[in-house]
Amino acid sequence: MMLAESLVLSAILFVIGTFGVLVRRNAIIIFLCIELQLNAVNLAFVALSQYVGIEGQVFVFFVMTVAAAEAAVGLALIIAIFRHYETVNVDQFNLLRS
Amino acid sequence: MAEVFFYLLAALAIGGGVGMVTRKNPVGSLLFLVLTLASLAGIFVLLDAHFLAAIQVVVYAGAIMVLFLFVIMLLNLGHDYQPDIRGGLWMVMGFALSGLLGGILAQRFGGGGELTGALLPVAGGPGAVRALVEEHNAVGAIAGPMFRDYLVPFEVTSVLLLVAIVGAIVLAKRRI
Repeated sequence: MMLAESLVLSAILFVIGTFGVLVRRNAIIIFLCIELQLNAVNLAFVALSQYVGIEGQVFVFFVMTVAAAEAAVGLALIIAIFRHYETVNVDQFNLLRS
Repeated sequence: MAEVFFYLLAALAIGGGVGMVTRKNPVGSLLFLVLTLASLAGIFVLLDAHFLAAIQVVVYAGAIMVLFLFVIMLLNLGHDYQPDIRGGLWMVMGFALSGLLGGILAQRFGGGGELTGALLPVAGGPGAVRALVEEHNAVGAIAGPMFRDYLVPFEVTSVLLLVAIVGAIVLAKRRI
């Protein structure tokens, strides 16, 4: 029954993920940070489901499925971009700026 | 005893997250994330979510991370050690935004605050899920509501996966 501790851990992991999304340039690592954020939210769901009911765990199941779909499509996008630019550095994707 | 394990796993999870953000090598980064996911699976067990812990290891740490590793290897980024952490203004903005977010979350979640106080009287209380798991086993407890109350979202999810497969192939294939 470690609700407060779990929620604090979830908040810490979410903040680490946010920081990674902001400071990294490698598109794949940005994706990994988004996965970390999704997992932090899953942890909050599971911790609260102990108090509110099993529906929280059902929701985590759906979050995981959507994360799998998102990873597949996102990685396909990264492969398509890499084929065009020969890099995954997000600073180089400046077609709209020039 | 459970508290000791919780703090151990929480330290591992945070260490893995920090390692993931700070590694230069994408493969090292990914392996640190696998450490975080595995520790979170252990924490799920402590929080009475045994089925989700198994799914976390099999689907997340197994399948999704292997997909990421496969793409890193495919694009040959594994020995590309150029530092890609932004400096200067981006770093300041990163610290400021994550500090703000952390402050808001700590105020909401921390120390058994308003959220915990509001939730405790709701629906069954803290032992509800544990009793459900003891009655229906780990899988039955989650399968019951999923196939009774959430059957339509479950089926829609399968359509979503199909769309994702087709979309991934269309995007990644050179000529169709």
